[in-house]
Amino acid sequence: MYKIIKKEVLNPTVTRMLILAPLIASKAKAGQFIILRVNEDGERIPLTIAGSNPIDGSVEIIFQIVGSTTLELNQKNEGDYIEDFAGPLGMPTKVEGLKKVCVVGGGVGCAIALPVARALHDLGCEVTSIIGFRNKDLLILEKEFNEVSNNLIVMSDDGSYGRKGNVTLPLKELLEKGEKFDKVITIGPLIMMKYVVLTCKEFNMPVDVSMNPIMIDGTGMCGCCRLTLNIDGKKVTKFACVDGPDFDGYEVDFDEAMARNKMYASFERHKYEETCNLLKEAK
Amino acid sequence: MPNMSMTKNPMPMQDALTRSKNFNEVTYGYSEETALLEAERCLNCKNPLCVSGCPVNISIPEFISRIKEKDYNGAYEVISKSSALPAVCGRVCPQESQCEAKCVRGIKGEPVGIGRLERFVADYHNNLNIDVKKPVSNGHKVAVVGSGPSGLTCAGDLAKKGYEVSIYEALHKAGGVLVYGIPEFRLPKSIVQKEVDNLIALGVTINTNVIIGKTLTVDELLEEYEAVYIGSGAGLPSFMGIPGESLNGVYSANEFLTRSNLMKAYKDNPETPIMKGGNVAVVGGGNVAMDAARTALRLGAKHVYIIYRRSMEELPARKEEVEHAIEEGIDFKLLNNPVEIIAYNNQDDPKDPKNGYVKGIRCIKMELGEPDENGRRRPVEIAGSEFEMDVDCVIMAIGTTPNPLIKSTTEGLEVTRKGGIIVDESGKTSKDRVYAGGDAVTGAATVISAMGAGKIAAKSIDEYLNN
Repeated sequence: MYKIIKKEVLNPTVTRMLILAPLIASKAKAGQFIILRVNEDGERIPLTIAGSNPIDGSVEIIFQIVGSTTLELNQKNEGDYIEDFAGPLGMPTKVEGLKKVCVVGGGVGCAIALPVARALHDLGCEVTSIIGFRNKDLLILEKEFNEVSNNLIVMSDDGSYGRKGNVTLPLKELLEKGEKFDKVITIGPLIMMKYVVLTCKEFNMPVDVSMNPIMIDGTGMCGCCRLTLNIDGKKVTKFACVDGPDFDGYEVDFDEAMARNKMYASFERHKYEETCNLLKEAK
Repeated sequence: MPNMSMTKNPMPMQDALTRSKNFNEVTYGYSEETALLEAERCLNCKNPLCVSGCPVNISIPEFISRIKEKDYNGAYEVISKSSALPAVCGRVCPQESQCEAKCVRGIKGEPVGIGRLERFVADYHNNLNIDVKKPVSNGHKVAVVGSGPSGLTCAGDLAKKGYEVSIYEALHKAGGVLVYGIPEFRLPKSIVQKEVDNLIALGVTINTNVIIGKTLTVDELLEEYEAVYIGSGAGLPSFMGIPGESLNGVYSANEFLTRSNLMKAYKDNPETPIMKGGNVAVVGGGNVAMDAARTALRLGAKHVYIIYRRSMEELPARKEEVEHAIEEGIDFKLLNNPVEIIAYNNQDDPKDPKNGYVKGIRCIKMELGEPDENGRRRPVEIAGSEFEMDVDCVIMAIGTTPNPLIKSTTEGLEVTRKGGIIVDESGKTSKDRVYAGGDAVTGAATVISAMGAGKIAAKSIDEYLNN
């Protein structure tokens, strides 16, 4: 059992929690993830680590309430316990040696982009952050990004905060102006990452993406998280849990990844509604 | 007078139609009366070949003699000297290619039902609920990585000798493949739990949710423990490399079985989803393929195929599982090999929710050619024989490759080209104080061989720490 030592609502659908897990806190690096189960018999879900503190043994997770498991997790409060919490899994994001990087985050993906930006910042790298949200109400972590970015650009789809438009808009402007980054690192919805990669391709700009497929064990056993990479014209199967979750954006088959993430969409929708109704009845 | 019946006493079991719709254990096990009758079929040979057929050399005629004397606890003690998990092995060992293959009664008629008798003895003993006593500590500390058959065995043997053993398990539940892989209808989870509970009673600590290679490294374990045993099991599933393997509705057997067994997707209204119903094709011919096919059937599939590229004779699965699968109506498409998995694609409606899901599988017929280096006849494609089958789900059960987590984070641990940990005959690896065994060494193999490796390593660790 793992104790929730802090809970904070970031916006109506996004919550931040600190979980007491000293072994994980002492090892976690930016880009790695954990697998948790909220309750006995619950589902195992992966969540990328948003931060960790080896001194107090806390691991930070930031999650969006998208399904029944995250809804149940959000019901828990400070002092409550969750059943299982295992990690850190996956390979850390490659940040060493980079001098100038553009970090592009979208929605709750910004929670994962932040530790990457922070790690780069701490290494003395010049960081440009572009973060995008659907609207002002969903904005998260602006202050934190400001602290670790040399240049921060906030976008909203409807223009209710920051600039109006997608994250690709300022990225393209920067690249057109001749900005040379060592790398672009993007974390967010698959469709956003797909278009960030397409934008980078126009300018021959290297780009890493952070994949978030469906997983079960997360340790290289079940093969559920596989994705297809096109490496030099050859199709290669890789596993996000042990080979990733970061991959070279040019190589990832995004259309396939998007289709695979929808595999259980109707089950998940049903389960979510069922859990919502149960919670309403309980009230 | 020995019982000279040519056939084994049959095991009582659920009828095929009933059991194909539930997850309860298929067979019930011998009654005392039947066990006594079957035991009398053993001739108690002076030179018992069965023992040499057993990977852990259980004194088979000796334990069967005890059954004849109705000394069932004595029989259990005989088995326990060589095997840590008799209730498991009695159920899942491929006896027909091991002990029973060597039985002289098998020359004319059927061999003695050694596996069934082993199960009888183990179940009899387990039902007595004898309290396990924690031995006096010898002060030595050993870490075991993985709680599958190999790790449980190694931990148990060491704990009985007074070692302070800690098991590290990556998943949230102990048992390894016995829990996530082998289904309830073949190995009830209560039996695995009993073995785990016995270990805890012996003083073994089980740390779940700790991934060695990530949460802690082997080197960190070596700082706290005098020796480490790695029984981390097999890793990533293999795929064929044919088009369509990433479509929705294609599973590895590991994933499909983990969802059903460990995550309990077979239950009504589960938290973890799994595809149920429709037509299912399982590719492969081993025990895992049989388990996946029969699980799919129990989950409500209309029709389940096993697609295997060789013939019935080469099928590597345990014979009893193949027989049970056939009785349950699994359709064996032998001498066939998949070449493509076909997607549903509604051209008129790109929003059709079925788009991108499996619609069928294209196979090619095979014939058996010359024997390969292992003596098995090599399957050869018959040109122009391709055909399609309508299926909604494809499960790949064609093996696994070693997990990269431990080897990539453990300096000085040598592995084979394929990634299996290299050990000597005592289970010792290239790294000082580190031992290994089971699938992590051999690649996918049997429960009994993993258990045997755990026993050998426990003995080596004991010798090392006592010198």
